[in-house]
Amino acid sequence: MEWETVIGLEIHAQLNTKSKIFSAAATQYGAQANSQACAVDLGLPGVLPVLNKEVVSKAIKFGLAVDAHINQRNVFDRKNYFYPDLPKGYQISQLDWPIVGEGEIEITLGDKTKVIGVTRAHLEEDAGKSIHDLYDDFTAVDLNRAGTPLLEIVSEPDMRSAKEAVAYAKKIHALVQYLEICDGNMQEGSFRCDANVSIRPMGQEKLGTRAELKNINSFKFLERAINLEVERQQDILEEGGEVVQETRLYDAVKHETRSMRSKEEANDYRYFPDPDLLPVEISDELMAQIKQELPELPQEKKARFIKEFGLSEYDADVLTSQKPMADYFEKMIVNNADHAKLCANWIMGELSASLNKHQLELVDAPITADDLSLLVSRIGDDTISGKIAKDVFKAMWDGEGSADEIIEAKGLKQMTDTSAIEAIVDEIIANNAPQVEQFKSGNEKILGFFVGQAMKVSQGKANPKLLNELLRKKLS
Amino acid sequence: MSIHNKTIAQLSQGLKAGDFSSVELTQHYLDRINTSDLNAFITVTDELAMKQAQAADDKIAKGAGNILTGIPYAHKDIFCTNGVKTSAGSKMLDNFISPYDATVSHKLNQADLVMLGKANMDEFAMGSSNENSYFGDVKNPWNENKIPGGSSGGSAAAVAGRLAPFATGTDTGGSIRQPASLCGITGLKPTYGRVSRYGMIAYASSLDQAGPMTQTAHDAALVLNVMAGFDEKDSTSTERDVEDYTASLNDSIKGLTIGLPKEFFSEGLDDEVASQVMAAVKEFESMGATVKEVSLPNSAYAIPTYYIVAPCECSSNLSRLDGVRYGYRCDDPKDLEDLYLRSRSEGFGEEVKRRIMIGAYALSAGYYDAYYLKAQKTRHLISEDFKKAFKDVDVIMGPVSPTTAFDLGSVKDPVSMYLADIYTLSANLAGLPGMSIPAGFSQNLPVGLQLIGNYWSESKLLNIAHQFQQQTDWHTQTPEEKG
Repeated sequence: MEWETVIGLEIHAQLNTKSKIFSAAATQYGAQANSQACAVDLGLPGVLPVLNKEVVSKAIKFGLAVDAHINQRNVFDRKNYFYPDLPKGYQISQLDWPIVGEGEIEITLGDKTKVIGVTRAHLEEDAGKSIHDLYDDFTAVDLNRAGTPLLEIVSEPDMRSAKEAVAYAKKIHALVQYLEICDGNMQEGSFRCDANVSIRPMGQEKLGTRAELKNINSFKFLERAINLEVERQQDILEEGGEVVQETRLYDAVKHETRSMRSKEEANDYRYFPDPDLLPVEISDELMAQIKQELPELPQEKKARFIKEFGLSEYDADVLTSQKPMADYFEKMIVNNADHAKLCANWIMGELSASLNKHQLELVDAPITADDLSLLVSRIGDDTISGKIAKDVFKAMWDGEGSADEIIEAKGLKQMTDTSAIEAIVDEIIANNAPQVEQFKSGNEKILGFFVGQAMKVSQGKANPKLLNELLRKKLS
Repeated sequence: MSIHNKTIAQLSQGLKAGDFSSVELTQHYLDRINTSDLNAFITVTDELAMKQAQAADDKIAKGAGNILTGIPYAHKDIFCTNGVKTSAGSKMLDNFISPYDATVSHKLNQADLVMLGKANMDEFAMGSSNENSYFGDVKNPWNENKIPGGSSGGSAAAVAGRLAPFATGTDTGGSIRQPASLCGITGLKPTYGRVSRYGMIAYASSLDQAGPMTQTAHDAALVLNVMAGFDEKDSTSTERDVEDYTASLNDSIKGLTIGLPKEFFSEGLDDEVASQVMAAVKEFESMGATVKEVSLPNSAYAIPTYYIVAPCECSSNLSRLDGVRYGYRCDDPKDLEDLYLRSRSEGFGEEVKRRIMIGAYALSAGYYDAYYLKAQKTRHLISEDFKKAFKDVDVIMGPVSPTTAFDLGSVKDPVSMYLADIYTLSANLAGLPGMSIPAGFSQNLPVGLQLIGNYWSESKLLNIAHQFQQQTDWHTQTPEEKG
């Protein structure tokens, strides 16, 4: 039987505020355990939450960026359950009146685009962290994370493959960084994806029973976990079994998912409006102000890159898919406006390849945008050829200095002196009579042989354009 | 006149005049507390009190300080007090030393007041007789076989028994007014949002409100001046200037229109209580007020509404008491569930557990609409009744409690106990200010008159109460001293 996969994502984006959503404690990652938990975060008797207004603005930004309806009156609810890392015994979240209502976002897969619905996005506080392996007989609790602001972005079940899910997740990931509302760091848990996965016979309208996959901390794992789950569900259904509605934990090390809790074991959260917090009322003035302050979004930037720099649709799409990359490109272009295509090629080519090879993020690249910009300038002004530039790039990556320093130190400056190249050409023609004959009898391809020889003699420094011209002139 | 029968206003004059020092005054009250058998205090903070008294005396000597500098008081044990046990009347918090001050505690400290100790109360403010305290029953100073009312029973007994010139209280469904009435003192529950709830251990967040419990309306105004005010730490407190609540005490109440809700004078109201209340209303008429009958038709639903809303909120508010970070933890828990189950089963008293169960049930999937939502709608209707009534009248008057103080141990059925708050709940559900003032006696037990005002009408209520207290002496009566 042919199956159709249906995926919806719940993304938790940690909003990058300095203090927590309902207290003045700091949100810095990696601080000493429990050093960033104040009386409110500890859930001491008598303490009360006070909303950090910054989170409201950040959530509105997101809503506007996905063309969503903003609920200018929204309500915080209590989600009640007991767990040691949940100090109050309830999480403050939003149920019936989330700040962001329905919206949508476009994803691109190859040359196809698709619109994915955003059901809602709501504000909530994060829980603390339970550490089970620190002591033999105890579980340790770190409440530094308790009360960290989260924007939970819920999608419609609009995705039909793991690849689409990844494309959507990446798009949201890029968007929150463009909006500067979340640092997007997946390792540190600032951006987390839970996937609701179900399958149904192709053509069937009714959705199959879904499983919710948790603990996914990279896009690679998101794709793997979904594919794994689809296989698991297919196996069950094809053997005549039934998929159980449950939450499953993805284990990246063992590459498996395992059941965390079933629907029957699920909590009744006894949601009700938090009487400690008044409904949030967002004024028209604030809406207008945020709208005005909205930064350039990926789609707009892409269009501008095409128009302003003559980039191809594809290049512009890749460059704007991640904010750090777009920023890098824009920095390079400052002194290289005439070589935009070259800049794009170097980012998407050598730089991306090297980052991949060394498993580095762009922000951690050893070559800055200014450094790479200089290298491209040297190609542009014919100081070096593109081929030599690759060697220079490697040396730059290894920290041997700036492009100019390396060109100077290694004597890589391109030969542009016509007489010097002419001498090399003359010598090669003199030494390779049979090849000269072949060329003269019409074998155009043999020209490459001469170019190769000349480059060898000049150690790659001969200006390719000049060399070609001289060779043709002398050979004919 | 014994020093402990003096009002705050009188004590303040004495302190300023050098008739006695705050240290002497404080010692006098501490001696009375330590020989009292009312059980009005959970913790007596002798050392701290003497230190604060000394500091107050130093200030007075320099001619500094304010009208309340050096005045001792009893602080309901629901307010967090930095470095001092804050138990909320529960075994659950018997070992809890608060690491911070509630906003009210902070304000009282800033006003140079002297805390004598933490007053006994029904566990987590749940109760109408102060028989739900882990720290034992409080006795009514007028008759030690009687309950003092609750939940601020320790506060009321302390003021009536002259163990403190005033006390703080909190009122979720009548917990200031009912014990004030039963102990023959003056109690004010302000408009919801007037006094900060920060650091006041929450019972039902949308109903809880703190206020003063004093001998007189004048004293209540003095204390409210300190307690009231917007607090950025409490999102439900209101950004509204604090008036000087003493400013209009002496205004004439001629032409005042009093509303008597017919629903407050129906079945279940003790005859003698009714006649005392009516006598007080007559007194107002003689002072130039007119009386009008009003109707609060939905007040019949106040009890069921309250006993959904309050338990729902408390079932969630008390979840933090889980034995994990502070408070009572059972011995040798075998796993997490056992830790939760036994810590909470052993740490909470019966009434608290009952309300948590009611609340958790009412909020459960499938019941939410029928209970919680319905109760919210009814609550709205109750508020609307008052809005309508206040179009015609300036103040609503009636009984505080259907009876005078009953015998300790005599009411065993929880539902009968809930009826004790039948006249006080509506003001909490609507968020309105309410007062209880002494209005007579029935078989040697005090009877209180309830005043309910429109939103933010504390000044008016205090004015009305003060004018009444200029014409009557119910509030100056004191229980007979033993020995």
